[in-house]
Formats: sequence, structure tokens, C-alpha cells
Amino acid sequence: MTAPAVAIRRPKPSSLRRPGIAPILILASVAVMAGLVVLPLGVVFRDAFAKGVSTYLAAIKEPDARAAIRLTLIVAAISVPLNALFGVAAAWSVTKFEFKGKAALLTLIDLPFSISPVISGLVWVLLFGAQGWFGTWLVDHDVKIIFALPGLVLATILVTLPFVARELIPLMQAQGSDEEAAALTLGASGLTTFVKITLPNIRWALLYGVLLCNARAMGEFGAVSVVSGHIRGQTTTLPLHVEVLYNDYDFVGAFAAASLLASLGLITLILKTALEWRHSGELAAGRKH
Amino acid sequence: MPPAANTEAAPLALEIRGISKAYGRFPALNDVSLQAHDKEFLALLGPSGSGKTTLLRVLAGLETPDAGEVNFGGEDFLALPVRKRRVGMVFQHYALFRHMTVAQNIAFGLSVRPRAERPSKDAVKARVSELLSLIQLEGLQKRFPAQLSGGQRQRVALARALAIEPRMLLLDEPFGALDAQVRRELRRWLRDLHDRAGVTTVFVTHDQEEALDLADRVAILKDGELKQLGKPNEVYENPADPFVYDFLGAACRMSGVVHGGRLTVADWDTKAPADAPEGPVEVFFRPDEVAFAPSDGAGLAAEVRAIAARGPDVRIECLIEGRVVELEAHGPTLPPGVAPGLSLRIKPLRPKVYAGAA
Repeated sequence: MTAPAVAIRRPKPSSLRRPGIAPILILASVAVMAGLVVLPLGVVFRDAFAKGVSTYLAAIKEPDARAAIRLTLIVAAISVPLNALFGVAAAWSVTKFEFKGKAALLTLIDLPFSISPVISGLVWVLLFGAQGWFGTWLVDHDVKIIFALPGLVLATILVTLPFVARELIPLMQAQGSDEEAAALTLGASGLTTFVKITLPNIRWALLYGVLLCNARAMGEFGAVSVVSGHIRGQTTTLPLHVEVLYNDYDFVGAFAAASLLASLGLITLILKTALEWRHSGELAAGRKH
Repeated sequence: MPPAANTEAAPLALEIRGISKAYGRFPALNDVSLQAHDKEFLALLGPSGSGKTTLLRVLAGLETPDAGEVNFGGEDFLALPVRKRRVGMVFQHYALFRHMTVAQNIAFGLSVRPRAERPSKDAVKARVSELLSLIQLEGLQKRFPAQLSGGQRQRVALARALAIEPRMLLLDEPFGALDAQVRRELRRWLRDLHDRAGVTTVFVTHDQEEALDLADRVAILKDGELKQLGKPNEVYENPADPFVYDFLGAACRMSGVVHGGRLTVADWDTKAPADAPEGPVEVFFRPDEVAFAPSDGAGLAAEVRAIAARGPDVRIECLIEGRVVELEAHGPTLPPGVAPGLSLRIKPLRPKVYAGAA
């Protein structure tokens, strides 16, 4: 029997492989990055120092600016640890246990990513605002949530909810629960197992998630803007402070505050890159790329 | 065959009664009962999905059965939490603590004991080096698991389990992830270790050769049910059903009829085995337990299609009753006159007969 003649077609060399294409693509992406990221960032710093270093320093030392910096740090200091705690708990329960409604919980964790931050702020106003569900009760008992620190924290927590959990879940899924099971059979208690086995296994991913969470917590604008009320020196966080100054035509002040925010972002980026570089194997993000 | 451990006389250590466990609607274990004697080496053998690992995890306390009892050393084992059972468990993928050194891994079980029961630092150190020499990995105590080979990891996992002086050792596919050469070496070593340590051991495997070679007794599971429990040679010589026969080694299967003490398979008529059921039966025989006879002799008519020598064995491909059957003979005993294209007769020496479809 003879095999039917098969027309053998050689695959055409892909047009992407043609020499000259790669440099053009690389140049194009560099140009886009330069135009869209580096240039604006440069402008922020240039305008911040436009009237000299002393004006810059004065803009930062100004009481409202300092209050904004302090408020931003306080909000982050409360919401980031809470979200780290929640993230670890959520990732732990989702990856180490089987239960009904797991898929629903996973979707819920992602929800803040998919809804507009404005809504994340608005829900708190609807709940705790003067006209909100609990508004009357709160007013009667003299508890301030909206236009005050608790509201800012709540809005920030909601927006940054997914960061830690999202970072931990893929890693913990990949690691499975055999090591924890082994620790239990060796006589370790649940707490010991968590502290000595689980935590060390996820530490870098946890740190990475906390970093991202922190960057977002400090930079959050939309949700915080809704609940803040923009009371200068009291409820304006750094991003809100930038907006307030900008609307007042105080460009040096606005850009000085913006440069601080940008620096925070750059520091986060450097730490994040260092983490990725040293511990890529233990980071979910490192494996996805 | 494993050394004849004197398990018959030993008292019962482990009693499993009527264990059932379902995941949703999928039954993983269905009313499984078995016992292990003190210091016995018991294999749980079965294909994947047979429930053997689930049973092992029930013993460890990592799964809770829906029904049944587990008794160990006269104690209600199911009432004890995992960490109080003091079982040494070795996981299929070792589950070594990746951020700890070999020494820290081995010492873990001792170092997490409540302060009052915890041995001194020196005692722990001594125990670790004792175990390191037992697993022949002296000098590697500072390594991390990622820096070890599969066989070395396996041995560290075992040492870690032994460090707590377990009352029972549970091994989940202990050689599953190793290559054939290492696997055979470790098998002997593990058996020696068991005999020296004198711990009741239950191990899970899907490899019948491993189970038959290593265990004092073998429990064969399928679809969550215990099919047979016995010594390796007992279960091999006398499989309880077609599944066990098939699972324990290469099998040739024919259909036949038993009537009045006679077994008829195609044109071969012979005395039926004593325990053969009346009526249509399935006849099993091992491919190397056959005699060859000339074509006018007694046996199943067969036509030799091909002969292939593979090491000390010769594989003879025959056509019997229109089906291709691979027989096996050992080189020197290959009967003269067996050559491709020839017709002859095959006489199974020890046919095993099960009631079955005609």
C-alpha cells in the first residue's frame, strides 16, 4: 500500500521574524513609555521645583500639607495591616479548605477591582452618611464616619481589599497543604503550623502584596474623595490635597505634593522590583510572567 | 518474598471497622474493615481512585470518615486529633519544609513539643545525627530540600517521621516519584529499616510488584472497597476475583464453561479446579504458567505469530480463539519446535476459574 501523497508545505517565515521588525517594535514601545510615563513624571518634578527648592520645601512644610501627609500615613497604617490580615485569612481559607460558596468568595474578593472606586466610596456614604441607613443613629450618638477618618479608612480598605489575597491565593494553591499536614502529624498545633510553616512559605508574596496594597492605599483618590468632604487640614489625604491646591491655582504646592506621591510610588516600584528579582520563585506574579 | 515476620502470633495493633467516606456523592471508601498486627508491614494496593490514600489519611487523622471505627493499641484513634496520634507520615511528594534545612526538618517534631516534654537541645541534636546516619545522609544536615535528589528527600521525610518515635508509620506512595533504579534500592532499605525499627507500618502503592515484594500482607482495594487481604503469595496464587487476578500481574483471559466437574474452553477439556462454579465462567491464567504441546496434544489450539527475546525471558505471541495472546517463557525452557507460523497447543498449568459471562 502506498501512502497518499501529502503536499508538504513549509511554514512561511513569520513576518514578525523578519529582520528589522524587532528594533522598530522596541523603539515604538520605548517612545510610548517615554511619552506617556517618563515625560509626565518628569514634568511633575520640574514643576514642583519650578520656583526653587525653598518654595518646594515651604509647600511641603505648610500645615495643611503636613496634615495631609500625616492623614495619608495614618489611613495606610490602619488599612494596610487590616487588609494583610484579611488577605492571609481569605487565602488560607480558600486554598487549604473545601467549603460551599468558595467560588462566590473568590468572586467577591475580586469585586473591588471591577467596580469604580467612586462606588466604593459612595456605598459608605449611603450606609453611614447623614441621610444613610445608619445616619440618624450615628448622629444621635455623635459618631462621625463620613467626612472623618473612619470613612477614609473604610473606603481605602474596600478599594485595596483584593491586593494581598490575590497575591497569596495562586502561591498557596501551588504549594498545597501537604507541608501543613506534615507539621500536624509531627505534633505541631494549628498556630505553630501557621507561624512556622505557612507564614515562612508565603512571606515574600505577602510582603509583595502588602507593598502593592500600600501603594494603592496611599494613592487612592476616587473612593476617598467621595467620603472625605475635602476639609482642608482635616480630611484631605495627599492625593486630595493635590487636587485642592491645583483647583486653587497653587501649582507649585500641587506639584510638590504630587512629587511626594510620585516618590512613594517610585520607592514602592524599586522595592517591588528588588523582591521580584530575589524571590521570583515564591511570587505568584513572578511565575505568571 | 519478604522475611517471614512473625506477625501471626503478634497481637492486633490496628483495627479498622466499617470505614466509609464520601466526597459529595462520590464514595471514596465504602465499609472497609481490616486489621494489622503489631510490627506488621501492610500494603494498601489499588489503582488510582481506589480509596487507598483516603484510608491512609483517615489513619493519620487528616480525613474524617463518615462512618466506622479505627482502633489503635486499644485506643479510639478517631477521637484523637492528628497531632496527638503520633503517627509518622511520609507524603508522596515528601512535603519537606522547604525553608528549613535537613536537620531542622528532622528535628521539627521534637522542637514543637510542649516545653515540658521537649528534649534538650543536645538531645535533639544527638537524635538528628543518629537519624542522619540511619538514612545515610551524614554531612547533608545543612542542605535545604531543594538541594537534594528525590531519593535523598524521600529518606529525609522518613527520618523526620521516625524522629517522633511514631507508634505507626504511614507511607503514601513512598517511591512513586522516584526512578526505577532508586526505587528498588530504597525498597530493600525500607524493609530493613522497618524490621529494625519494629513499627507497625501501612503503606500505599499502586505498584503490585512493590506491594508483593515488600509487605507482610497486602490489602487490595478497588472503588473504595476492600477486595482481598492476605499474604503476598496467598493473594497472588489465589486472587479473590478477576479484578485482583488482573491487577496482580499479567493475565490471559478466556471464556469457558464448567459442567459436571469438567472445564471446557474452546476445544480444550480438562478437570475443573475444585472450587470452580458451575456454568459459564471466565478462565484466567498467567502467561508464564503454560505448557506447550504438539498440535495433536491436549490444550488450547494456538498459532505462534512471533517470538521476541527480552533479556532472560522470551515472549511468544500466539493467536488463540482469534485473539492475540502474549505468553512468556524463560529462555532455556523454551520448548523445541516453537517457532513463528507453527500450530501447537497451549495448556494453562493452573487455570483460575471465576463465575462470569459466557
